[in-house]
Amino acid sequence: MSKFKLITDGLVKNNPTFVLLLGMCPTLATTTSAINGLSMGLATLFVLVMSNMVISAISPKVPDKVHIPVYIVVIATFVTLLQLLMQAYTPAMYETLGLFIPLIVVNCIVLGRAEAFANKHGVIESACDGIGVGLGFTASLTVLGLVREILGSGSAFGYNFIGGHDGMLAFVMAPGAFLCLGYLMVLFNKFLKKN
Amino acid sequence: MAVKSNLSNMVLALGMSCLFCSAMLGGAYALTKEPIEKAQAEKTKGAISQVLPHFETLEYVEDQHYYTALDGDKVVGYAIESSAMGFGGNINLMVGITPDGVVYNTSVLSHSETPGLGAKCNTDTKFMDQWKGFDPSVKQLSVKKDGGDVDAITASTITSRAYTQAVVNALQVFNELGLNKTNDDKEEVDHE
Repeated sequence: MSKFKLITDGLVKNNPTFVLLLGMCPTLATTTSAINGLSMGLATLFVLVMSNMVISAISPKVPDKVHIPVYIVVIATFVTLLQLLMQAYTPAMYETLGLFIPLIVVNCIVLGRAEAFANKHGVIESACDGIGVGLGFTASLTVLGLVREILGSGSAFGYNFIGGHDGMLAFVMAPGAFLCLGYLMVLFNKFLKKN
Repeated sequence: MAVKSNLSNMVLALGMSCLFCSAMLGGAYALTKEPIEKAQAEKTKGAISQVLPHFETLEYVEDQHYYTALDGDKVVGYAIESSAMGFGGNINLMVGITPDGVVYNTSVLSHSETPGLGAKCNTDTKFMDQWKGFDPSVKQLSVKKDGGDVDAITASTITSRAYTQAVVNALQVFNELGLNKTNDDKEEVDHE
């Protein structure tokens, strides 16, 4: 499989949010605005690429019976690393996403890619797969965040265009997250089927 | 192909990966410790400079959780952290009080109020501006619905009450600690 195809597969055919429906907890919780969705996506992308690479490199040396604990340790290390770095250099971002960063450890996407892809493929391919799936996750979260922000707060990427009035607040809260996610999923799969 | 799952192999794999990962995290912790502390101190300082007039140095009174802001030798005010239970959790405020007992300004450190309703306590300028120069000896510290002088945020009375309560708590700390120094000189004469 070409490396380019690995990346586009993660973006479209294996899109973690709209097709595989993995990682729903951070998806619903952090997409109150486009910026938040984007940064959560990028944080997951980082963990995904790093853990995919390390896991594909060490997997021949790891006995089958203990591979899940070893993978979890690797993933948790990168998540903690990310958490420390965010706390130190992007404190404002850490404040909004702080609660959900540790949850990346148990994000099905990360362990799922490690199990389903990285332990059977080489380092380069695994990195490409991580980039693809990570970008797919980032793109979906950004779109979802953007839609919710436009409907819920009347702004896009923090730029307000309805002049201080309230948007449809339900979309900033949990019910709106489910509604938007559902409709976006329908649209995505409709276009996917057509092509 | 993966190595055999016998005891020594498993112990080795787990032991090595844990050892390596903890070494990495230890290193990262040591490297980021200073920037993290700096970022937090910066945030607190930012909040304090928002709620007090211009100052040069800050003194933290650790056991009482308040900051004294000094400009030269002159005390320009006190920044007191306080909190009260809002609609969705605690609302944490930094309340700046000048030595004459007047609230200089307030700022929200953290809250978990409903977006678009209670969360406006952090963005609604009309609500926030009324705390600038709020003199508790002239005005009643409770929301208008309860007979006070605080304009509540529309549709967020609980949040507004909590915000008011947090300011009341801060003023209480201020008074209990005897920071009220309107008659500073006179007091000193009395002591002598």
